[in-house]
Amino acid sequence: MDFNDTPEEARFRKEAANWLADNVPTDDAFRALAPLEQAKIWQKRKYDAGWACIGWAPGFGGRGASPIEEVIWRQEESEYELPSNFFLIGQGMIGPTLMAWASEEDKARFLPPLASGEEVWCQLFSEPAGGSDLAALRTRAERDGDDWIINGQKIWTSGAHYSDYGVIVVRTDPNVPKHKGLSYFYIDMKAPGVEVRPIKQLTGDADFNEVYFTDVRISDSCRLGGVGQGWQVALTTLMNERAAIGGGFGQMDVSMAMSVVQDLEIDGQPALSNAAVRARLADWYVQEAGLKYTGYRSLTALSRGALPGPENSIGKLVGAPKMQAMASYLMDLLGASGAVVDENLATKAGIIQRAYMGAPGLRIAGGTDEIMANIIAERVLGLPQEPRLDKGIPFNEVPTG
Amino acid sequence: MNFEFSEEQQMLREQARGFLSEHCTTAVVRTVLDGELGWDQSLWQKVAEMGWTATTIPEAYGGLGLSYYELAVIAEELGRAVAPLPFSSSVYLASEAINRFGTEAQKSDWLPKLASGECVAAFAMAERPGRLSLTQLETQRTDERISGYKTTVPDAAVADMAVVLARTGSDVELCLLPLNQEGVTVQPVLTLDSSRGHSNLILKEAQAERLGDRTLEPKEWDRLLDGAAALFAWEQLGIAESALMQARDYALQRYAFGRAIGSYQAIKHKLAAMYVKNTLARSNAYYGIWALAEGSDELPLAAATARVAAIQASTFAAEENIQTHGGMGFTWDFDCHFYYRRAKLLSLVVGSESVWQDRLVDALSRRSAVAA
Repeated sequence: MDFNDTPEEARFRKEAANWLADNVPTDDAFRALAPLEQAKIWQKRKYDAGWACIGWAPGFGGRGASPIEEVIWRQEESEYELPSNFFLIGQGMIGPTLMAWASEEDKARFLPPLASGEEVWCQLFSEPAGGSDLAALRTRAERDGDDWIINGQKIWTSGAHYSDYGVIVVRTDPNVPKHKGLSYFYIDMKAPGVEVRPIKQLTGDADFNEVYFTDVRISDSCRLGGVGQGWQVALTTLMNERAAIGGGFGQMDVSMAMSVVQDLEIDGQPALSNAAVRARLADWYVQEAGLKYTGYRSLTALSRGALPGPENSIGKLVGAPKMQAMASYLMDLLGASGAVVDENLATKAGIIQRAYMGAPGLRIAGGTDEIMANIIAERVLGLPQEPRLDKGIPFNEVPTG
Repeated sequence: MNFEFSEEQQMLREQARGFLSEHCTTAVVRTVLDGELGWDQSLWQKVAEMGWTATTIPEAYGGLGLSYYELAVIAEELGRAVAPLPFSSSVYLASEAINRFGTEAQKSDWLPKLASGECVAAFAMAERPGRLSLTQLETQRTDERISGYKTTVPDAAVADMAVVLARTGSDVELCLLPLNQEGVTVQPVLTLDSSRGHSNLILKEAQAERLGDRTLEPKEWDRLLDGAAALFAWEQLGIAESALMQARDYALQRYAFGRAIGSYQAIKHKLAAMYVKNTLARSNAYYGIWALAEGSDELPLAAATARVAAIQASTFAAEENIQTHGGMGFTWDFDCHFYYRRAKLLSLVVGSESVWQDRLVDALSRRSAVAA
């Protein structure tokens, strides 16, 4: 075993690193721009040089790179502090959906500007009544000649306020069981009747939105997949969710925890010599290293041209609760001053407190801890689904509350 | 990135699994557990004939000269089968110690017999309840004679010799102690896993020579324990995997309230938690064996991480496997208790969870001191 690149991988890594070194903008004028503007400039620069969405086919703006090359590129790019979150959902989840389901004409129209960052996309799936049970969504689309009229509400839509387009799953037939009455469209976010309202989170930030649809008219040509086939199309999107959420847990790692603990005392003794503290640090490191080396095992599979096993499904389920537990315990050790969030006063400039406040969101977004555990139990261990009371029942007869 | 076993090593795994599923069924384990011998001698001979006891011993001393990766593969399968064998004592500890520290004459004397399996070796460390301390050893060797008391020594009753941790004056050393001699009393003690016999050793001026030509540095002792921990982790992982698979199979076939209990989230989430711990333990076991096999400076951190993860995964899986089985899991007739016993037993040798949590944090502290 070794952690080295193959000769081809090493050559690719060098090429990527060289290009990045020559092209990452470092000037103050760039740094002064708003993050979205920075992201768009950087994305376009990558696109023009063939370094955007490198796994995509050349015709769509990529270079047909292998999965391991995509990983290497991400590793090298992450050496620099660059905004990239704005395109994650569009390029990571919606691009592959368009490739699988859109007409050739639409692919040629939409994929290149998605790759170049000139057009930003969002994903309109979740609803107030459809979270973990996504297929219970109620936003409806009614046929009107060659068009559809959409009414309803979506929620938790990241980036809706700066997106040009979105993909949306709607109910086109409430008289059939829930999975069978859905259809999938793409939609112009600037269309009349689309209203975006930010959601203020418990952190005080507003990363997500509610999106209201009032008599929004879209052409039937915007439909991806058949009428009633929306669930299958949505699964294509969700299958590509893997790295989009929960990949990073910021600066909350054991090294950071060690550096906090090293400055503290318990009853006049270094906190680092306290058995209870040491046990926690060790357990977090076991989780952290376990995830890291699980990732290495998956990379090895990719490097050999194989598909990674199911082991990567544990990432968010381990990482998000660990982040919450670490932040909570470090605040405990800090005592009363652990409550301070003022960046100028708080230990570690408030990273710990921000992690604690953000962690509940990570444990919910992209599949709650409980849903992730179900996925492992069902897809990895082969256990049966829970019986479903709405199975086979027309959607408009399913009990709601 | 090449963080995976080679094809040959994977083949060895398949071969080992096939062999043990035929020759080390749970019926075999049960026979040993119900008896008083504390091992399966004929299984030991078969395993030795397969060359497993010779895996990492150099060819010059009758071994196969293979790497720790091969030994890890075998260790996992022995754990999976809950094999009633003195393998860890004789191979991960005694053979390793002799190969690492022994003089040329000692290696020539002992390693060929250990490689062939005709000699079984125990490894005697603990002297009293509580954490082992190198500065408080009472077992002492003076003029080639050793006296003292070693407690709960695995496999001593079936071993021909023991590698014994002792001191001379204030110096720490390992000694080679033939067990079949006057001055050595092997006193069997009943432990929670009688498929692996344990004994107390009472030593009264028994003949023993020092292993190697000098005393043992604490870091050399640590290195020996780290290596053993990296290997134990694989055996513990095998136990954890067996316990999870047994729980999964039972959850699929046992029905309550008209459906398989595996369809209830309470059971699914329990099994998912087992899978998560096992996956973390496996990836950390890779890290540990990589550090051991490649001679990396990261071994202290990697071995401690692998050991803590393996202790947590194996005991959790064994405990929750019984819970998944309900009352049937609490019976002698079901096999669940095999994993429960062995998982706990292996968590107590070579230092238990808190010892290795401490070692892990020590290694982390050293690393951050170097970085700073």
